[in-house]
Parts: sequence; structure tokens; C-alpha cells
Amino acid sequence: MTSFVYDIAHLLAGGMVLVSFMLLYQDRMHGLLNVFALHAVVLALSVAWEALIQHAPHLFITAAIALVVKAIIIPLALHRIVRRLKIHREVEVVVGIGPTMLAGMGLVALSTALMLRVTPAADALSRQDLAFALSVVLLGLLMMVTRRNAVSQVVGLMSIENGLILAAAGAKGMPLVVEISVAFSVLVAFIVIGIFLFRIRERFDTVDVQALDRFRGERQ
Amino acid sequence: MAVIGDLLVQFGQMLVVLGLAPLLTGFVRKVKARLLRRRGPPLLQPYRDLLRLLRKEAVVAENASWLFRAAPYLIFAATWVAAALVPTFATGLLFSWSADLIVIVALLGSARFFLALAGMDVGTSFGGIGASREVMIASLAEPAMIMVVFTLALIAGSTQLSTVASHMIHAEVRLRVSLGLALIALIMVALAENARIPVDNPATHLELTMVHEAMVLEYSGRHLAVIEAASMLKLLLYVSLIAAMFLPWGIAEAGAGPAAYAGGVLAYAVKLGIGGFLLALFEISIAKMRVFRVPGFLGAALMLALLAMLLMFMTRSFG
Repeated sequence: MTSFVYDIAHLLAGGMVLVSFMLLYQDRMHGLLNVFALHAVVLALSVAWEALIQHAPHLFITAAIALVVKAIIIPLALHRIVRRLKIHREVEVVVGIGPTMLAGMGLVALSTALMLRVTPAADALSRQDLAFALSVVLLGLLMMVTRRNAVSQVVGLMSIENGLILAAAGAKGMPLVVEISVAFSVLVAFIVIGIFLFRIRERFDTVDVQALDRFRGERQ
Repeated sequence: MAVIGDLLVQFGQMLVVLGLAPLLTGFVRKVKARLLRRRGPPLLQPYRDLLRLLRKEAVVAENASWLFRAAPYLIFAATWVAAALVPTFATGLLFSWSADLIVIVALLGSARFFLALAGMDVGTSFGGIGASREVMIASLAEPAMIMVVFTLALIAGSTQLSTVASHMIHAEVRLRVSLGLALIALIMVALAENARIPVDNPATHLELTMVHEAMVLEYSGRHLAVIEAASMLKLLLYVSLIAAMFLPWGIAEAGAGPAAYAGGVLAYAVKLGIGGFLLALFEISIAKMRVFRVPGFLGAALMLALLAMLLMFMTRSFG
């Protein structure tokens, strides 16, 4: 029975890492947003499973927040923004998909190696959860670095946040207040970024962040 | 006596794979046609095609070298040996000490090498473009395949197919993410290697995007028959490889009686049927991708296999 519990947790957390790779692999804007919704759904499932096996009912609330806010509201709003801004369909990348994927594999290997060293005392499940969560965070950072379009950078930021919640759910004893405040801060960040996107678009006629560099005179 | 029995089973397996390969191809074609609401050719059509080709005169281009004539037989031999090594209905066959996953990959690799050489031998542009594309696909598919092999070897503690299969039967049923990822990667590799639809279209000739058919365009008569038979065997090989590694249930184990062998054959037939049906269903529901998108597709397979191996390491070291 314990191995079954462990396998499901492993499956869901591993699924998060896999969906992070799918985010990196996607080259269509709407597809990217759908995959992001999937990311949040997998996160919600993972957190709900943790709640079940840790007997921590407040984690169900976290899962519900993840499901409603990040799997439904934010993707829908982003779809709307993409349509309203008439951003073209392709995701512009700085580095090609192939090297990005390889870098991603390297990051997963790095976080595994790091967690092996840092957490010898904790039990296997939360160690593994932490390793997966660190991978998701690093992959989200990689996504922010390698994308030029502001909308896909927002998706990268949100996936980092998903990774943080995964880590928090794995570590026992995370207070609910922190979860809720994190969720709200993400929502606020999303609203700010949304308004910001419209402003960038108004001024530069594009959401390509290289336009900002040009405007500051850093790149001709 | 035991040696004779083992020999019989081993030769039985060799004949079974050779006999069933055209049937599987015919079955996939039939199911595809039925799903598209066409009548489709009869199930036994591939046998008839092969026999007709065998009877026809072989026309060879004037500037073809000896390699062009020898290559079909080499390809067929390598593929047949590889297909005969995969445990189909029984594990622990006489030759299973040599049935190593890496050996199978190498045999298929050498068959592909000769096919690419033969494609370039006559010097037509179609053969050259087919060969260059085949090698491009292979250079991405083979590492992914090797990664899948390593993942399985890590789980089973051996690269021998018989050992892997019996390990999978006896291990407790667990949800393993890494196995799932390896399975998906292997299916993607199998689609690419068998020139199935998202990568290549097996049902068409004279299309600008074809790969496999472009290489064998110059062949005719018995040479073509042998090459076609080799590609049918390859399809059967991949289906049985997936069945043996991921769904080994029902396979007869070493030293079992004739009843177990009969059960194994039955289970194998069911697995082949399911595999062929799923392949046909997948093929009619997806469009062929551009050649330039194939590296992305196979790169994803390679990535899944790498991820599977990483997760395997993770389970090992944390567990």
C-alpha cells in the first residue's frame, strides 16, 4: 500500500516536470496557454494527493485555489489578452528548442544532484518532491530567459510559482495563511502584468521585450 | 532431447515471425481502410504481393554495383535475425543468451546502413535524398532507442530481453513514471523507424517527402520482395519488442510445457492484433508532418527517454 501511495505521488510530481518540458517545447501561443492550464491541473492533483496522504485538509484549499485560479481564470484571461493584443501565433524564442531542452535536462539533473546532497535526513517522498519542485522552478526560470514574448514570460513566472507550491505541499506543516497570501500575490502580479502588457503594447506596438532594450538604447 | 525441443521452439519462433509479418501489415492496412469506410485489400494481399514480386524478373540499373544486388539479402538477414531474437511467445529460447537489446539495435542499425548505401548506389537523386533523410532520422532515433534500453536495463538489471521480460512479469505491479515515459519514447521511435505516418507515409510513392520508398525506388522483382519483407518484419519486431518489454503477460517462460507455448502464441496474437489496431487508429487520426519537423518529433522522443532515465536514477537514489 505504501508503495502505491508513493507511486502516485511520484507520478504526479514527475508529471509536473514533464508538463514543464511541454511548456518549453510548445511553439504556439494558444497551445502554450493550454499546456499551462494542464500544468496547474497536475499541480492541483498533486497537492490534493499530498493532502490525502498527509491528512492535512487545508491543503485541499490550496489545491482548489490552484485549480480555479491557475487552471481556469488565468489561462482564460491570458487567452483573452492574446486575442485582444493580436499577438501572432508563434512563440518567439531566443535560443532554439533543442538546446533549450538539453539545458532543461541539465537543470533537472542539477536539482536532483543538489537535493541528494542537501536533504539526507528527510524522508524519501518529500526529498523527491523537493527535487521535482526545484526542477519545475528552474525550468520556469529557463523559460523566462529563453522567451522574447512578454506573455510567454508571464507563463514562465506562473510555472515557477506552481513549482513553489509543489515544494510547499511536499514539506509538511505549511500554514494556510502563507498559501492564500501567495495565491493572492500571484493574482495581483497577474493583474499588474496584464495592465503592463497593454501599456507596453500601446507604446511600442509589440510585446517583444527586445523593443524595450532598443528603447533604452542598449541594443541597436 | 531437451536441446532438440529448444531448437524446435527457436526455429518455430523464426518461422512464426516470418509468417506473421505480412499478415500484420495486411491487418494494419485493412483496419485503416475499414476505419476510413473503404473496403480495403484482403488480409492476405501482402503475401500475394510478395509472391508475385518473387516471380517477376529483377531489373537492375546499368551502373549498379555488386552492393546493390547484395544489400537486399543483407538487410533481410539482419532484420530477420533481430526479429527472431525478440521473445514473442516464449522467453528463454535457445538463442536468448544473444538476444540482447543492444544487439538488436545494432542489427537494425546495420540493416539501415546497407539500405542507405543501396539507395545511393545507383546515383539517382531520389535514392540520395531518401538515404540522407533516413540517416538524419536514424541519427536521432537511435540515441532515443538506446536511452530507452538503458532505462529498462536499469530496472531489470540486464539488457537481455528474456531477463527484462521475466523481470517485468514477476515484479510487483507499480505505477512507474519512468516506464511510461520510456514506453512513449519507444513508440515514437518505432513510428519513425517503420516509416509510419507522422514521419513518412508507407502507402505512397513519388511524393516529395517520402523517405523509405525513395530509397527502394530502383529495386524490382525478388530484390524488392526481400526488402518489402524486411520492412514488414521490422514492423512486427517493434510491436513484439514493445509487447515483450512493457506487456509481457501471457508469455511462456523457459522450460514450460506445450500448453504454455500454445497460450503464449495466443497471447502474442492478441497483442499483435491490439498493436496493429492502435497503429491504424493512430495513423488515420493524424496528419503527416513536414520533414523539417521530424527532428523536433524525434528530439521529443529523445527527451522523454532521457527524462525517463533521470527519473529512474531519482527513484533509485532517493528510494
